[in-house]
Amino acid sequence: MAMSRDEIFEKVQEVLVDALGVDDDEVTAEATLMGDLGAESIDFLDIVFRLEKAFGIKVPREELFPAEGLLNNPDLVSDGKLTEKGLNELRENVPHTDLTGFEDDPDINKLPDLFTVNAIVNYIDGKINAA
Amino acid sequence: MRWIWIDKFVEFESGRRAVSTKNVTLAEEHLHDHFPGFPIMPECLMIEAMAQTGGILVGEARDFQEKVVLAKISKATFFDFVRPGDQIRLEVEIDMMAPEAASTKGHITRDGQPIAEIDLMFSHVDQNLAGKKFPEENFVFTGMFKSLMREIALIQTPAGDASTESN
Repeated sequence: MAMSRDEIFEKVQEVLVDALGVDDDEVTAEATLMGDLGAESIDFLDIVFRLEKAFGIKVPREELFPAEGLLNNPDLVSDGKLTEKGLNELRENVPHTDLTGFEDDPDINKLPDLFTVNAIVNYIDGKINAA
Repeated sequence: MRWIWIDKFVEFESGRRAVSTKNVTLAEEHLHDHFPGFPIMPECLMIEAMAQTGGILVGEARDFQEKVVLAKISKATFFDFVRPGDQIRLEVEIDMMAPEAASTKGHITRDGQPIAEIDLMFSHVDQNLAGKKFPEENFVFTGMFKSLMREIALIQTPAGDASTESN
């Protein structure tokens, strides 16, 4: 079933309001899940559960939020920054995420800033409208 | 689990739903302070009772191999006070189940009257540690609650049995 980006955004917004207890006007496209909306690790699972229900799709957690796998691999992280290999891996794993800016200074502390509401909308968009 | 806060299971469908009861008595010391002259069961302890009912349901679904801990209170709404002498009935069902976590939906009633709606999330901690090590032994499901488990074996209804009543 094809959905417009606006329709997807609205549903994602609803999911985040329920999962994180935030107001719907806080859930803007640019808002970061951790920084702006206060999401913690268990919330990411909650969000995945709710997205699966709302859109009737399967959402592998590492597909939507792949950072954990990267951070534990010494090949991909050195000195608190993603290595070139790590960056490539990230690019491959998160085509739905805008990496502009991050690529110049791939400090892993800034990884959470990449998880925005927009990244979720992109992901869902790719999942349900691509096929 | 280090303390038991429910009295018994009255229904148990593996991996699907469970119903437990708890009797509230003025012999519980905290009721003397909560509040002096007006004893009511603290809402946080109703959440604890729901967490134990749901936690055991979630744990049993994986044969108690996972360390199931309460990770998030997604919703807790209360409609009435619970007083000494009341028996509350806690009904919980598994909403979603994944290798690393589960979510449950539950409600509490007293004589059929709504007392609370409580939705929870549980984490299977070993699956969520990003490489950190935890003790081997299962410190959640200890021998302490074996008596509850014996009841579950006795009342267990096979999965898919549609005849189970619900109110």
